[in-house]
Amino acid sequence: MLGESQIRELLEKAFRISPADETEIVLEAHDSALTRFANNTIHQNVAEVNTEIAVRVVVGKRVGSAITNRLTEEALGRAIEEAVAMARLQPENPEFPGLPDPEPIEPVLAFDEAVAGATPEWRARAVGAVCRMAESMGASAAGALSTGIYELAVANSRGVFAYHAGTEVHFTTVVMCDEGSGYAHRAAWRLTDLDVESLGRSAVDKALRSRNPRPIEPGVYPVVLEPYAVDDILSWLGYAGAGALAVQEGRSWMNDRIGRPIMSPMVTIWDDGRDPAGLPLPFDFEGVPRQRVVIVEKGVPRSPVYDTITAAREGRRSTGHALPRSRPQTASLGPIPIHLFMAPGEATLEEMIRQVDRGLYITRFWYTRLVHPRDCVLTGMTRDGVFWIEKGEIAYPVQNLRFTQGYVPALAQVRAVGKERWVLSEGFGFTCVPALLLEAFTFTGVTEMPGR
Amino acid sequence: MKELLERALNAAQLKGATYADVRLVHRIEQSLLVRNGVVQGISQIEDMGFGVRVIADGAWGFASSARLTLEEAERIAGRAVQIAKASALFKKEDVDIGPPVIQRGTYQTPVQIDPFTVPLEKKLEVLMAADAAMRAVKGIAATEAEMVFLRERKIFASTEGSWIEQEIIESGCGIEALAVGPDEVQRRSYPNSVGRHQMTRGWEFIEECDLPGHAPRIAEEAVALLTADPCPDTVTTVILGGSQVALQIHESCGHPIELDRVFGTEAAYAGTSFLTPEKLGTFRYGSEVVNITADATLPGGLGTFGWDDEGVPAQRVDIVKEGLFVGYMTSRETARQLLKLLGPSPYVTGLSNGTMRASGWNRIPLIRMTNVNLLPGTWRLEDLIADTEEGIFMDTNRSWSIDDKRLNFQFGCEIAWEIKGGKLTRMLKNPIYTGITPEFWRSCDAVCNADHWVIWGTPNCGKGQPSQLAHTGHGAAPARFRNVRVFSRK
Repeated sequence: MLGESQIRELLEKAFRISPADETEIVLEAHDSALTRFANNTIHQNVAEVNTEIAVRVVVGKRVGSAITNRLTEEALGRAIEEAVAMARLQPENPEFPGLPDPEPIEPVLAFDEAVAGATPEWRARAVGAVCRMAESMGASAAGALSTGIYELAVANSRGVFAYHAGTEVHFTTVVMCDEGSGYAHRAAWRLTDLDVESLGRSAVDKALRSRNPRPIEPGVYPVVLEPYAVDDILSWLGYAGAGALAVQEGRSWMNDRIGRPIMSPMVTIWDDGRDPAGLPLPFDFEGVPRQRVVIVEKGVPRSPVYDTITAAREGRRSTGHALPRSRPQTASLGPIPIHLFMAPGEATLEEMIRQVDRGLYITRFWYTRLVHPRDCVLTGMTRDGVFWIEKGEIAYPVQNLRFTQGYVPALAQVRAVGKERWVLSEGFGFTCVPALLLEAFTFTGVTEMPGR
Repeated sequence: MKELLERALNAAQLKGATYADVRLVHRIEQSLLVRNGVVQGISQIEDMGFGVRVIADGAWGFASSARLTLEEAERIAGRAVQIAKASALFKKEDVDIGPPVIQRGTYQTPVQIDPFTVPLEKKLEVLMAADAAMRAVKGIAATEAEMVFLRERKIFASTEGSWIEQEIIESGCGIEALAVGPDEVQRRSYPNSVGRHQMTRGWEFIEECDLPGHAPRIAEEAVALLTADPCPDTVTTVILGGSQVALQIHESCGHPIELDRVFGTEAAYAGTSFLTPEKLGTFRYGSEVVNITADATLPGGLGTFGWDDEGVPAQRVDIVKEGLFVGYMTSRETARQLLKLLGPSPYVTGLSNGTMRASGWNRIPLIRMTNVNLLPGTWRLEDLIADTEEGIFMDTNRSWSIDDKRLNFQFGCEIAWEIKGGKLTRMLKNPIYTGITPEFWRSCDAVCNADHWVIWGTPNCGKGQPSQLAHTGHGAAPARFRNVRVFSRK
């Protein structure tokens, strides 16, 4: 771990040598390890120490950037030179509003010594217990357990200096048994918030219950979605339309709908990078403090999230949702909410199942891809545990189905919201989501294996 | 750097490794992106570090660092061994990587014009011209033009005595035009979607792509799509454009032939495979016109190199021969596992066919597609269309989804045209087709000839935990498929 004072010293040096009008440095450091298992044994086990420094310089209204993972003064100087050279080549960007000014940033505690000190032996024993449990039931477990320390510092020559150090622990497992499979996943910054063994047990149990799935016809069914499936819905709504750039370009599901009810009044979604219930990061990649932004309130779209440039376009302030701007491909995505929460309801999973006469219980979605952005229409498969519900009870497992469904109209169909929420993070950022009962969900295909 | 690599290998052995390899990787990536006439960014990324992979107590361990000192080399080698010993706590059997692989040599991507010698001004000029040409078309709401150049220098050394130095150069480019209607968004891309087309070639590749020359056409098509008829919901004959055939190969052939997936080691993330070992040499994957290879020796392909990241030489391997499934992509370890499972045969040698690649110094090598190609057939595209009484021609991928065994897929394209009486007629929007992998390939009755064959580059293939993005190639030409379910959905 580099620590705040060493990073501050390094960045101050960079500002002293930069000839640009304005300079921004984003430093990301991590020391992380991941233990991966499959077929009830550890097959990949890795560790990594890396620091990346992204330099963004402004010359007039021209912006150039360079990234290096070398911590020497010489490498830093070279990165600044390259960034300045690139900036000078460009035509002016009249829209560029300048780097942000400093704002007070309240630190958020998200560092756990127990995660920071996790050893390969600890990870091996934790996943070993899941493997033994699966094996004893005639099942096969696969998955990964990772632990790591992360540091992010953002500073600019206007006086911004933001520093955050955090820890993260992630566990995922898929347990397979005959034609059945189960899944469990959680993310946390505190070790005590993640119980590997009980997650493993839930996946083994699901795998055993989903053996010998029966065929099912595609169609429109009521569905109980576990939080894993709801994570996919929130993540896509966030990625494909809850950022201001998507709205400004007219390709968001929020376009022409802000202020109009389009989802169930039971649906409230917000982004909050400061809530310690998630994986907090109190500022964005421009060093702007993250604000809590209500994206959907009781079924009514309220606001996308903003970074400096999209905010300036509308004469407002950034909400602190900039992604790393030094990689053009990431910058072109615009601001995106990556700390998404959905308001809990009152129901347990069992109560939701009891409300369904004939429908499906879905563990998770898989390989979902955007078909059409305006209604946030996705196609994907179900995976790792699909069950037929008959007269308020789980009746039997069924085969995986393909769906093609608008996530916006799906959330208009909410009949119940779970009271328990899970913190899930299988990609960039996280969601904190409950289970949902939806009145209707459209399945368009099934998987059948042809013969030889 | 030689000393650092040797120090890591020695330290690993002293700590108890029975095998160790070390890769030192230095990568420079240059990106330029113009959006709506404004330079969104130009950046240069330098990334350098080393990774040590060991077998100790019969199990794998890996550790990596960006700190290039002798002390760190020793520390990281020790960490890799400690991790391997932790892996061994729950091993079922010792890792077997087969006979030693001892290779020494160098490889360099052959390029006519090193893209890093071309001034940035010239690159920007091309992007700005293409962007302006798209924006000149009335009705275009947003445009994007990008280029990416990559130079990766890497040294591989192992305790078996290998020492390999390689330099891989890649060039990529692409443009996109977005048209927005009252309740409709349409996108057209060139040469391929999802950002760009990429090859292991130099600046000459960018010049051949001629982005400004194709910009007006794709912008006009994006606008025209807003008012086009939707693709009908029916079962019909489909001709896929070359880049969509490449995507079809990638998802429905390339991934299921990765032998690590087949053996379940990606089950928790990327998934498994329907191409289970008992099918090798007996399973009819496609029709007799379907011939697929995995070829890391193909000049210009994005999966072309001299040696893989286990030090195994690049090879050309038959995967599907006249429709019969005959080969997997393998590593040293999985090749041995397959031999133990099936015994020796014309399709099982016990030796790796050289497909292990890591996305960087900080990742372990995994089985990754090299250039997985559908070999050219005999048809000219115009003859194939003329031979098709009724059907739909679809081009350029828009969305892709496939199940975890790689059987049930649904792919959407950016654009389609109806085929009536052997001619392309009206434009169709939002075309989607769906199917089951072997049924689909068995319905393939024509593949276009070498004149239409392009080695498409996929620079964004995800796999592994921690995640890795690989660069893969897919030689493909337009091909015809019968009785395909097509539809359209807003």
